[in-house]
Amino acid sequence: MSEFAELAPTAPTMPRAAQAPPSFSIVPVQAIPIVAVVLGGLVAAIAGNWLWALDFYHVVGGGLWTGVDLFVGFVVGPIIGRMSIPARVEFSTRFMPKMLLLMPTLVTMTLASGWQLARHLGNLQAGYPHHPWLVASYIVVGVMALVAIAILEPANLAVLFELKKPQPDGELIARLMRRFIYTAGITGVAQIATLVIMTRVAVA
Amino acid sequence: MSDAAAERAAERRLPPISQLCVGSLACAVVGTILVAARMPRDVSLLPSVLVLALGAALLVGSIVLLARISPFAWGVFRRVAGWSLVGYLVIAGMVEYAFVYDSTPGRVLAVLSGTLALFAVDVPLLLGFSVARYQLPGETAR
Repeated sequence: MSEFAELAPTAPTMPRAAQAPPSFSIVPVQAIPIVAVVLGGLVAAIAGNWLWALDFYHVVGGGLWTGVDLFVGFVVGPIIGRMSIPARVEFSTRFMPKMLLLMPTLVTMTLASGWQLARHLGNLQAGYPHHPWLVASYIVVGVMALVAIAILEPANLAVLFELKKPQPDGELIARLMRRFIYTAGITGVAQIATLVIMTRVAVA
Repeated sequence: MSDAAAERAAERRLPPISQLCVGSLACAVVGTILVAARMPRDVSLLPSVLVLALGAALLVGSIVLLARISPFAWGVFRRVAGWSLVGYLVIAGMVEYAFVYDSTPGRVLAVLSGTLALFAVDVPLLLGFSVARYQLPGETAR
């Protein structure tokens, strides 16, 4: 979740009230029914213990989580860094609210179905030959969850509220966005570690 | 809001509430990993319980410090923390449902429920504080 890592270096020069703030909704309410349907399907998959559905949720959720994280952090972020400041603000106000719903949904899909899938296949047992790989995945996911929930999500939300103000404070936004730079490396390494662990477990 | 007032709101020194919440959340994560890594062996839950107790103490500390801040944008805090609480209760509820559905043993379930409770309260508190600290006291969210 290292999106907008490139915003910070030049953002402090953004003058207060450089332009009228765009109108946007912090939480895209229209997307909530879609999230509800996805989570409802997840509950049904867990309740029914349907192996295919659990595998589907885990593979699709995990693939998208990792893909979105790496793509946004290492492809979209640098592109945003080369945009003009008004363009960055306009992009942010359209993009970040969607991420606010998308990422927690993908994380919930991946972790809940993954846990149930592992339980179904007997991989949670301490006697499972590749148990240390699973424990390693718990630690990697724990680190990623802490970075995302405790560091990036509060910054994301605070920036959106700042952009809602008639006169957004460019210095404050830049200061909050620096968190994305500091954590981009951690997130990238953790996502690649997840790919290594999951592919190892899958062929075990 | 004037520029000067906004700058004062952004630069005000506040107690380390975010740090305490992050510490508490880290305790919830560590406690969960300690339990999950050793399932289903019947091992001592003491390390997890100790980590959980530390997390709870940090959370209580952050709530006490937060309650003593004056003035503060309580309207914004309540709005952000309240809606976040609804969302995170749904997530925590789903995970709890999975634990109960899986017939998780009572003592283990109690520890895992404790970590989930920490998670469900910590995150909304952190989100509400992170947004409200940069708003002017008395301001309401748009």
